[in-house]
Order: sequence, then C-alpha cells, then structure tokens
Amino acid sequence: MSSVLSTASRTSSPRTTAIFFAGSVALLAILPAVLPTYHVSVATQILIFGLFAMSIDILAGYAGRTSLGHGAIFGTATYVVLYGVANAGLPLALAIPLAVVAATLLAAIFAALAIRTTGVYFLLLTLALGMIVWGICLRWSVVTGGENGIRGDIRPAFIGDARSFYYVTLGCSVVLTWAMWRFIRSPFGLTLSGIRDSESRMRSLGYNVSLHLFIGFVMSGVFAGLAGALYALFNNFVSPSTVALTQSVTGLLMAIVGGVGTLFGALIGSFVMIALENFVSFYTQRWLTVLGLVFIFTMIFAPAGVLGTIRVLRARRQG
Amino acid sequence: MDRRTFLKTTAAAVGGAGLGLGPMRGALAQTGPIKIGLLAPLTGVIAAGGKEVVEGFQFYFEQNGLELAGRKIEVIVEDDASNPDTALQKARRLVEQSNVNFLVGNILANTGLAVANYVKGTGTPYFIPVIAADDLTQRARIPNVIRIAGYSASQNSRPFADWAYKQGYRKVATISQDYTFGHEQCGGFAQTFTELGGTIVQQFWHPLNTSDFSPYLGQLAGLGIDAVFAMETGADATRFAKQFASFGLKGKLPILAAQNMTDQSVIRTLGPEAEGLVSAAHFCEGAKEPATVKFVAEYEKKFGILPSIYGFSHYSGAMWLAEAIKKIGGKVEDKDALLKAVRELELSGSPLGKTVKLDAYGNPIYDIYIRKVEKRADGKLWNVPVETYPGVSQFWKYDPETYMKQPAYSRDFQGIKKA
Amino acid sequence: MNLFQLLNGLTFAALLFIVASGFTLIFGLLRIVNLAHGALYLLGGYIGYSVATWTGSFAMGIFGAMAGVAIFGLLLEGGLLRFVRGYELRQVLLTVGVAFVINDMALVVWGGDSFTVPTPDFLNGAVKIGPVFYPKYRMFVLGAGILVFILLWLLMNKTRLGVMIRAGVDDAEMVEASGINIRKIYLWTFLLGAALAGLGGVIGGAFLSLYPSADAEILVFSLAVVIIGGRGSLPGAAIGALLVGLLNSVGQVMFPELAYFVIFGPMAALLAFRPLGLFGKAA
Repeated sequence: MSSVLSTASRTSSPRTTAIFFAGSVALLAILPAVLPTYHVSVATQILIFGLFAMSIDILAGYAGRTSLGHGAIFGTATYVVLYGVANAGLPLALAIPLAVVAATLLAAIFAALAIRTTGVYFLLLTLALGMIVWGICLRWSVVTGGENGIRGDIRPAFIGDARSFYYVTLGCSVVLTWAMWRFIRSPFGLTLSGIRDSESRMRSLGYNVSLHLFIGFVMSGVFAGLAGALYALFNNFVSPSTVALTQSVTGLLMAIVGGVGTLFGALIGSFVMIALENFVSFYTQRWLTVLGLVFIFTMIFAPAGVLGTIRVLRARRQG
Repeated sequence: MDRRTFLKTTAAAVGGAGLGLGPMRGALAQTGPIKIGLLAPLTGVIAAGGKEVVEGFQFYFEQNGLELAGRKIEVIVEDDASNPDTALQKARRLVEQSNVNFLVGNILANTGLAVANYVKGTGTPYFIPVIAADDLTQRARIPNVIRIAGYSASQNSRPFADWAYKQGYRKVATISQDYTFGHEQCGGFAQTFTELGGTIVQQFWHPLNTSDFSPYLGQLAGLGIDAVFAMETGADATRFAKQFASFGLKGKLPILAAQNMTDQSVIRTLGPEAEGLVSAAHFCEGAKEPATVKFVAEYEKKFGILPSIYGFSHYSGAMWLAEAIKKIGGKVEDKDALLKAVRELELSGSPLGKTVKLDAYGNPIYDIYIRKVEKRADGKLWNVPVETYPGVSQFWKYDPETYMKQPAYSRDFQGIKKA
Repeated sequence: MNLFQLLNGLTFAALLFIVASGFTLIFGLLRIVNLAHGALYLLGGYIGYSVATWTGSFAMGIFGAMAGVAIFGLLLEGGLLRFVRGYELRQVLLTVGVAFVINDMALVVWGGDSFTVPTPDFLNGAVKIGPVFYPKYRMFVLGAGILVFILLWLLMNKTRLGVMIRAGVDDAEMVEASGINIRKIYLWTFLLGAALAGLGGVIGGAFLSLYPSADAEILVFSLAVVIIGGRGSLPGAAIGALLVGLLNSVGQVMFPELAYFVIFGPMAALLAFRPLGLFGKAA
C-alpha cells in the first residue's frame, strides 16, 4: 500500500549517488562562509530535521510502514539529553548515548506492538503510541518539567556559536546519512524492500518477516534518536511540543515532499518545508493554512515527492 | 514585517555578507530605526490573547507616534504559535536576522522560558509584560530579562489571602491547573493564608485543558469549606465557571479567583456564571482612576472590547520602554544603558494612574485591587474594585533574601504553615 | 467508582459516541481515516455557537451546524478526496492537510476566544439523582447519545440505504457489481458522518467549550474509540465510547499523571492482539 507513495524500485547507481553526495557535502560545507548567522541556524535545523525525516523514510519507503509516532522517539532522546545534563548533572558524553539507548528501547516497544499491523492501522497505532509518550511528558512533571519542559546551557562552549555547531551537525549528518544509505542498500535493507513489495512472497521464501520489520523499526528509531539528541544541543530546551503529534506529522510530510523511498529526498523535503515556513511567515501569519495546502497539493498532484517525481520523469525519458 | 521591510533586510543581509561588510552594519544601525521584536502567539491555543498583545503594544505607538528621541520605531511582529520551539526559532530570527535591539512579549510561560534561556546566551534585552514565572525575577534572575508592566505569579495571591482571612474564611481548598503558573499562584495564597492562621483543607491539581471538572466539583462540594481558591486560565476558566454554576454550587460556595479567571479574555464570553467572582490584580478595568477610565474608553472605542491583561500589559510595557528610550536619548545599542534606564524608571503615566517602579529584582511593585465581576450598564461584564492593598511587592512582607532561601513553589512545596 | 464518576463517564461516552460514530461510518465504508474529523467537530461547534447566539435557539444551532458541516463534508469528499480515491495513505494525509486549513480559517473567522454554545434555560441547573446533584445538560447529552445510537441503528438495519451501507462495509465491490451506484452511497455516508461531527461539536461545545486545539483532543479520543471498537461497527463504537469515557473518568481521578496511559495503554495492547479492534472485520 505504501508502495503507492514509493518509487524506490528504481534508484540511481552507487557511483552517481556518491558523486552527488560528495558534491552536496562540499556545497553544504561552504554555506556558513556566505550565510548570515540566522541562516546558518536555519541550515542546522534543516539538517537535523532532514535526519529525522530520513529515519521515517527508512520505515515508510523501505519497509512500507508509515509511522506517525516518530516524533515521540525523536523527542524522547531530546528529553533524555536535557534531563541528563541539566537536571541530573551527567556529562554530555554520557547523556547522548543514554538518549540514543532510550530512543532505541522506545522504538523496540513501538515495534513489538505495531509490526503486526499494516497500512492505516500501523499509522493509527503508532499515532496512539506517540500520544502516550506525549501525555507522559506533559503530566509527569516531576521529571519532565510538565508544560514548561526542561532548559539549560547544555551545549559545550567550544561549539557554542552557530557556525561551529553547524559543522558539528553537518559532520554528524554526513556520517549518519552514509550509515542509513548503507543500511538500506545492505542485504538486510533489500530484504525489507522485498517485504514492502510482497510480504507473502518473502515469507514463502523463508524470511522471518516480523523479525526483519522489528529490526528495521528499531534501526529507524536509533537514527531518529540521534537526530533528537542533536536537537537537544541545538535548542538547549525541550517541552512536550517536541514529542507532540505535530512533530511526527512534520517529519512525515518532509519525507513525503522529498519523495518516499528516496532517502536523500527527506533532506530536500526538510529544506523545502523549513525554507517555506521561514519565507511564508514574512508575509502572513497563516502558515498553518499554507502547510495544509502543501499537504493537500502534494497528496493530489505529487505523491512521489520532489526526488520521486524527478526519477519518474527521468525514467520516462530513458524508457 | 511587511513585504518591503523584508526585501530591504534581505538585500542588506545578502549585500552585507557578500561584500564582507558584516561588521559595518552594526555601526550604521546607530542612526537607523529602533527595531523592536514583538513575540506574540497569533495562532495556537492562546491566539486571542496574542492578538491583544500586538494591539495593545501598537496602540501606544499609534497614539504617541512612531518616533523616539529622533529615531523611527519599527515594531517587527513574529508569531510564536503558542509553542516554545517556534518561539525560540522566531526569537533567533528577530535577533540574528532582523537585528532587533530588544525583544518584548510572549504569553505562555513555556514560550517565555524558552526565549529567556536563549537571550541568556546572546545578552539581548528581553521584556516580559505577561510571563509571570516567579523565578525569572527571583532565584533564577537573568540580568537582561525584566518584567516591565507585568507581575510575578504569587504576588497578587498574598494580599488576596489576607483579604480572604479578613472576610472570616478559615477553611479553604484550592483547585488549580497543574503547572508552574498554578503552583505559584496557589503557593502565594496557601502560604500567606496559613501563616495568618487559616487552614488549606485540600489542594486539587488538574491537567491543563481539563474538559470535565465534575470529579473535582463533586469533591469540593463535600469538603465543608468556607471558600475555594480557583486558579484557572483560558478555556479551563470558562469551563470551570460554567460547570461550577451548573452543578448548583454558585451562591453556596464562594470562589476566590486567581486574576486570570476573571480577566476580560475570559469573562467577555461568559454570562451570569461569572458575576460576583472575586479576584486580586494590579489592573482593574472598572477602577475609577481617571487614567484607567481614559485608557479603557479609548481602548474600547478602538477595538470594540474591554482591555484584557494582555492588551493592558503590553500597552503599559510599550510606554515603559518608550520612556526609558527617551531617557537614554535613543541609544538602544548600548544594552547596559537601556537595561539600567528601564530598571530605574518610575512610570507615572500608565493606565493604572499611579506611579509604578521595579523592585531591586526587576519586578514591579503595585497597588493590588481586590476586584469583583459586575455587570456594567450596557450589560458587559467587568471587574470593579472592592478594596486596595498599596505597595505590594513580589516578596509581600518577607525579606527578599530570606524568602528566596525557601524552595520555589511546586506541587510538593506550597509554603503551608502547619497549625 | 461512585455514582458521580459513573455518570461523568457515561455522559462523556455519549458525546464520544456521537463524534466517533461518524468517524467509524466513513472509515468503514469509504476506508478513509478522516483525520479532519476533529476539525469538523470544532467547525460544527463554532457554526452552532454563531447560529444559536444569533437566533437565540439551541435547536437552530444544532440544525445549522449539522447542515453547515455536511455541506463542508460534501466539498471535501467531492472536491478533494475523489482525486486520491483508492489510495488509503494519501487520503489520510490529505485529511491532515484539510484539518490544518479548517483550524486556521476558524481562527481567522471566530478568533481564539473560548466560546460556549448557549443552552436553553430548561437544560441549565442541576437535578438530584440519588444522593448527588447532577447537571441537567449532561443528562441531556446522555439522552442525545442514546437517541443517536437508536436512530443510526434503525437507519442501518431498517432502511435500504442502511442495508447498502452495511453491505458496502463488508464488500464494496460486491455492492457495485450488483448494479448499485456505490458513489452515491459513499457521498451520503460522508455527509452523514460529517453531520454527526457537526452535531457533536454543538453538543460538546456547550459543556466542554470551543477553543483552538479542542479539535485535536476530541479527535484523539475518537480514534481510540474507533480503534477499540473496530472499523465501521456501530456497536463497536458504542462499546469503545463507553470504555474510553469510563477509563477517562477513572483515570483523571485516580491516576492524574498517567491519564493518557490509562486510555491508550489498553488500546495499544488490544490492537497488538486484535489489530482490527473488537468488532472489526478483515477487509
């Protein structure tokens, strides 16, 4: 069902991808030299949300499971980093791994409950699970600070300014994007794609479908958690809105706008959405309406997203 | 910001960056307009209040002209969407892209705390006419964050407790939204009330956006108390008042309302269920002070509604800033001078009709009204004064340093004195 | 649980049933998870508020809201959703976009103040039930919930349209193959579902009040109801509503910090073992 959104069956060759990848990194590396500070922090935000959207795409595009609970996984990591450093006095070097472990465990719980379902049921179940996490962050105020959240100067001084933190984020993004790309191209990832296309076929071929989906979900959670930890450093602040449904919806929309099943598309989606928000809010307070219209437009006219549409067009010309 | 300003700033930013002129922009700005970044929740759960924040703030400049000490005033409004993540992002944009000289605004505590945490690092002056979190002017002060024309959460509850005790109430229960703003308002009441000799029989904490108050109302009715202190904001306040009346409790059990509960933002859509509610606040739209009467009349003429705490506070906040900027000859680039001028200002022209100044911790000292909701001749509900407590600071009758040694109010610490 | 909490749970369940029954009908027949359902609820509430204030009649408010939201549903189904027919996920995500637009436009039109739909005098005040005083209006909500259940049951079981809808829920292709214009049935079902959301908005708006983000709260509860009850099942929605309403009432009092867990925990567990809900049937 999700393959309706996906165009992953036809991907570019590894070499083109590598060249494209290296070119993009070089371009991103010189950005801070030409951009004013605020734009550098916007670029940082784009990278972080790009990672988040990619983690969603691993599931949506390569395992055929569209999640609306990833905001909770992402935000849990943000909470753990802030609680660890600001409230429990842990060193950052310990808080970040702990945060990723927490996000991974949460993803494992979500996965154990959700992988038996498909399509809209998967969507609804992950949505409900995400709501539980949101509810806990809102109500368990002794730990989470309730509505007000947790804040503190957790980012170390040597990456305190916008430019150096951008480079940290860029470095992490390069490594993680590469890791995610390797993951989906690995035999394991290809099996996942096989499951997306036909569960029954893969089952009859002797694959353990549930186990594959479980591991796929958990891996996706690891990446979402890493993005969430970066977000903690970016904002020095977390509140329930970081784990809210809107977060999951935004991440999914980014993946879709970029093109589900294209991985790098998620970065493009993140760029499009964040740049659009920044641009639109200069002219009007009606950002929510614009966001809604983008949703409607994408679903009706461009469900394959930016990269997906490009690929379809290119394939048409070649074939 | 309109389209043209946007084009100009973008052009300046792009041009400046491209030609390596970055540092010069600061120097040029000395003679340019004074840029004020106004953060307000124009969408999201408190959007109605956000609209009044902008209206109140701009109304002052409409009346007094958009120029101070020879420099033009440019107010750049950003929507914080009632969401702290957005508030932070917009604060960043105002400071780093629009190059505002200082920030003003926000309503919800979490948005204000997020922005305060950010300006702690940048040193940008940030003025908060509504954000009431006690510790921003107490234990966790930030030198560049000042609460002009606002109040701290527990400040008004203390004279209210004194008044309640004088009415003969001895046994009171509290019901409140379960978050810092509620904990602090209840704490102020509970501590003062029990120190006077009263008893807090029970405290109910319910989550924000409680659709259904009936479980609590049922318990309140059975406690045998003299009155209930109710701390509710927004839709919760509306529902609490409605449901309290529909359960037949109105008239039987007096409500001592926190000021937000009978603010115009709540009572303007309510009916008889709000009449007679008593609260304590520094602003009272039905007060007879000539300055108040004048402000309320002008505001109502302009916007068709009576001013809420949001509109009033930002109008006064704008006046406060304008007076301070005049004092320093418009040199807002000197942050320390600006902060000093704001701190030392004694504001006499505000709609309160009384001179207001800050205590040593950056929080205003007020004459606090005990107010009652009444129907005006034309049928609109408004608060009218019953009694006044002059010169109330955020520390009531305590010594500030001793007071701040006790923990901040929370669910678990309400400062209740055991009998 | 005392009588008081029981009544609270039941009356809230009645409102949830009204809202969720529309949701489940659309989900069942058209296979659309309409995440704009909460926004339709809020829109209905606002329209009902305006009409009731303007005419001074609660009944007119209900009528106006149901009609207004039904027309809106018609535009949504006929104008947008038909472009993505057959693609479940695209439909769901499209309705998310619609929800954003409706909420934002409602903010423009009505502002962000909290409104309460005015109720007629005979529904104000409290009645004595056993040992407790209980608001009349909430008893009215309970009655309305039961009435809606009965009417929907009659519609489903005693009318031709109902028979066709039920047949469509079980197997839409069969219905189409037998020469019935299923498009028309889809449209009527969507209209009915939207009108029920509008009705819920007025009824809920009179005691829970209307404000930005009220839509998301009711939507989440309705989702829980439908997930527990199973797609397209009226008895399922009724049982789901009772369960969620009572759990909510108990959870608020006994485990305030875990209130959401009390509702969604059992739901998640149920779904893990019965993915289609209590009364759901495989498509």
